[in-house]
Amino acid sequence: MWKFFHQLASPPHFYRLAASLSPWFAVPGLALIAYGVYAGLFLAPMDYQQGDAFRIIYVHVPSAYLSMMAYMIMAISGGIGLIWRIKLSHAVAAAAAPLGAAFTFLALVTGSIWGRPMWGTWWEWGDPRLTSELILLFLYFGYMALRGAIDDTAKADKASAVLALVGIVNVVIVHFSVEWWSSLHQGQTLMKEGGPAMDPGMLYPLLAMILGFTFLFGSLLLRRVRTEVLFRERRTRWVREMILSPEGK
Amino acid sequence: MEKLAMGNYGIYVWSCFGLTLAVVIFSDWRARLRHKRVYRDIEVRIKALGDGR
Repeated sequence: MWKFFHQLASPPHFYRLAASLSPWFAVPGLALIAYGVYAGLFLAPMDYQQGDAFRIIYVHVPSAYLSMMAYMIMAISGGIGLIWRIKLSHAVAAAAAPLGAAFTFLALVTGSIWGRPMWGTWWEWGDPRLTSELILLFLYFGYMALRGAIDDTAKADKASAVLALVGIVNVVIVHFSVEWWSSLHQGQTLMKEGGPAMDPGMLYPLLAMILGFTFLFGSLLLRRVRTEVLFRERRTRWVREMILSPEGK
Repeated sequence: MEKLAMGNYGIYVWSCFGLTLAVVIFSDWRARLRHKRVYRDIEVRIKALGDGR
């Protein structure tokens, strides 16, 4: 078991493994998304209150979920790198940040577009879910800016890992904000006590989209980590040998 | 056409799906581009050192 983890954390091993694993995440991810988009847009029944506007849920919820998951991956990987000094985990953290920022941006914009016809406003500053999600986007920007501002990779890894760990508090706030405070945003739908409060015809495409987005995120993350590993290991012998080998990339 | 209009919410629904598609494609393109750049930079540096040794 430990041998497996030790081997997995080895940069050359991971670099090759990520290349072969990435399509195995992308293909099922795209298939699930294709089903989710079709079923969500054309097969799922219309919501009795929101009409067809509710269909925004099929891109908004997976984006919002990934915005938090990417942050947790970034913070936990940074923490592992900080404690056990595993170089690969800092590479994972660095690679997760731009993806997390992209999905947070999507969650904010699709939420805002959904809010316009439903709440009558694009944005509500007093709303805890909206504000904490915006803070999450700023945390991603801060994390990337901090990494970019420090030339020494080891120092940048440490400083950004501390920032990411502190920011976990905000992820907890994002998740529970709709329960702790009164909010324009609707409460938990999927993780509700007693099961999801949705018609199965609406629920299955949503679950497919969440799973599909997760797979797609996995594929993108693997490719980004691969690049990050290559950049960090650019002066090592294995990289030189790989580039000079006939197989190349 | 009626289905595409999404009960007068079409502009909101389609813009969200379109934006999501754009962001996913952009993320994928950025990942490929960065990998290509990093790889090429290393390749150039190694080749500039002579035979790579």
